[in-house]
Amino acid sequence: MYKHTLVPAAFAVAALLSAPAAWAATDNELAEIREQMRQLRESYEARLTALEARLREAEANAARAAAAANVPAPAPTAAAAPPLPAPTAVPAASGIAAFNPAISAVLQGRYANLSQDPDRYAIAGFQQTPDTGPGKRGLSLSESELAISANVDDKFAANLIVSLSPDNSVEVEEAYGFMPSLPNGVVPKFGRFFSGIGYLNEQHQHVWDFIDAPLAYQAFLGGQLAQDGVQLKWVAPTETFVELGAEIGNGVNFPGNDRDRNGAGAASIFAHVGGDVGASNSWRAGLSYLTARPRGRISTQLDTAGNLADLAFSGSSHLAIADFVWKYAPNGNAQETNFKLQGEYFHRREHGDLTYDPNAALGVPNSDAYSARQGGWYLQGVWQFMPLWRFGARYDRLDPGHPEYGSNADLLDIGFHPDRVTAMVDYTPSEFSRFRIQFANDRTRPGVTDHEFFLQYILTLGAHGAHRF
Amino acid sequence: MKTRWLITLAFAALAVSTAARADLNVFATVPEWGALASELGGEKVKVYTATNALQDPHHVEAKPSLIARARSADLIVATGAELEIGWVPLVVQQAGNPKVRPGQPGYFEAAPLVPMLERPTRLDRAEGDVHPLGNPHIQTDPRNILRVAGPLAARLAELDAANAAYYQSRYKAFDEKWRANIARWEKEAAPLRGVPVVVQHKGFPYLEEWLGLKEVASLEPKPGVEPTVAYMTELLATLKQQPAKMVIRAAYQSDRPSQWIAERANLKQVVLPFTVGGDDKATTLQALFDDTIERLLKGAQ
Repeated sequence: MYKHTLVPAAFAVAALLSAPAAWAATDNELAEIREQMRQLRESYEARLTALEARLREAEANAARAAAAANVPAPAPTAAAAPPLPAPTAVPAASGIAAFNPAISAVLQGRYANLSQDPDRYAIAGFQQTPDTGPGKRGLSLSESELAISANVDDKFAANLIVSLSPDNSVEVEEAYGFMPSLPNGVVPKFGRFFSGIGYLNEQHQHVWDFIDAPLAYQAFLGGQLAQDGVQLKWVAPTETFVELGAEIGNGVNFPGNDRDRNGAGAASIFAHVGGDVGASNSWRAGLSYLTARPRGRISTQLDTAGNLADLAFSGSSHLAIADFVWKYAPNGNAQETNFKLQGEYFHRREHGDLTYDPNAALGVPNSDAYSARQGGWYLQGVWQFMPLWRFGARYDRLDPGHPEYGSNADLLDIGFHPDRVTAMVDYTPSEFSRFRIQFANDRTRPGVTDHEFFLQYILTLGAHGAHRF
Repeated sequence: MKTRWLITLAFAALAVSTAARADLNVFATVPEWGALASELGGEKVKVYTATNALQDPHHVEAKPSLIARARSADLIVATGAELEIGWVPLVVQQAGNPKVRPGQPGYFEAAPLVPMLERPTRLDRAEGDVHPLGNPHIQTDPRNILRVAGPLAARLAELDAANAAYYQSRYKAFDEKWRANIARWEKEAAPLRGVPVVVQHKGFPYLEEWLGLKEVASLEPKPGVEPTVAYMTELLATLKQQPAKMVIRAAYQSDRPSQWIAERANLKQVVLPFTVGGDDKATTLQALFDDTIERLLKGAQ
């Protein structure tokens, strides 16, 4: 199936690339070209007249400026030749430096006070990756991020975002090229990128409104899904925002795993719609679908004896996400106060074979067929109640469903609904710094509540970041 | 299979969309350029203005509505000088519309056409919200509007050659009218020359330069940095020594800092529309300056 989707996608990209290729000129076309040339000449004449008018105006201004001697306004004859001399503070970069890409860095650190041992953290009823959980206790550096971006040439632009972990390891978070110069709303992207599914997935962790990912993201996507592959997005030429996207990737990340195959391991499609209601409201809603075919995917899950047991799963995984976000700011001016409401619903169907404890770490491995429909959602609101200060609340809940574990049922079937309540306050002294306090009551295991308290800082330096919606 | 279906749909919608359009779609980032494009383009252009006068044009997000509008735009008219740096590049990138990418005829910036003021000598974020290319609020001087009008009319003519003469004649009419207006405004505003003022945000250097207002203080310790109590107290002491007539702020800004200083330093509060749509009277470019001068004169009494 993935090979079939790959072929038309490749053709589409190829067709788009070759579109401006040479055409054979017929007599008709020559006439057309002549007509266009004539029009061009006319338009340039009009332009020239306009420029002359501006020159006269510039001269008049220069005379006026000279009269008002206290004003050091440069004689705007330069206006006749639009490009201004380079600002004195930023000397025109020359040579190699002129082509330096935009560079920015994000530094983060935190303090965590957790009432439960984070090494024993588990979301009961769900297979989880090592990234699941609230992280380390005490003071620690969080992930630092280094981002580099620039246009490559007339066709391509590229982004590299490297994450430096506090344990001194380096991870390529995103490294992709994309083609912003194709016509008709088509934007292909290739390399490693955060998948366009859901709302939060494409955003980097430092722009999230809470220090950690919603439980649904942790349970269904191992935190956040990055794809190594190709994405094709298309924006419709309509006044209401409509965006359709499709991706194929190697699927090495949860819910897939590294399968050592030539074909693609995961594919997804998504659709977003959005718009404004009056000047004060903006919204976006989306539907996404992700499918992966893990083979021998190793994860951990809380078993009935209270151990974090290894599990190996082979089969198919289908995830659907519905997401929406609504932002309110009086007259669209978010500086004083604003409100943001966002929620996402996840539903996953997995079936295949599940092996309990494949490495016999706890006893005897046990394999059987496995089939599950599981769900989860979160709803969060963030309110800026005065300039620079925001308050946020979030509720997370997961539904383990009624998985058919077969002979693994005695080992794994817990039937518990994990949930979590979170509140945060953050202070944003400038566009480039933010400080946050967060509390959470995490009830993801039967009979245990983790009381979590976090302090966090986020500092951004370098090139001005984009204001994502 | 799904991908193939999507692509088919994409091309079908594309065919429909290209057939249906006739006018030039102009995407203006701020109201002043939207108004100017309408003045010059008349009925041949369809203008969409991305922000209103009550928004700070620097703090705007790349909203879905903006991406959708940029998708079918023929021309983006922006201020430039990094005013819209947080959102226009992202909007253009996500819209998949190569016509309006920077460097293309479909992308027009106003700031490079005017002599920029307040170009920082030190580029450092410790200095607050600094704009390396100078203060981007160029629209408060009507002479700048005139400087932008000519090239903008020429750009419209370039993109829509069939109507080049139409744009040219509208530009001529605008130019004539605007020069007469400037002369009138300068006469009306003569009493404002040398009047000391306090500004809430460093948004008015062009207006001050044009009318000869004397800015004695800003309520922001550094551009874009919220005033602190300590700073305001210090400012109050300065104003006792060096009194000002009024405190000026733009329509989109909070009234608190102005109110605080106005009460204590005996200043008049003047709220300026700042751009088209900033108050009930400033509905057109001309009304914007009529109203601005009227309000300043009242404040100077």
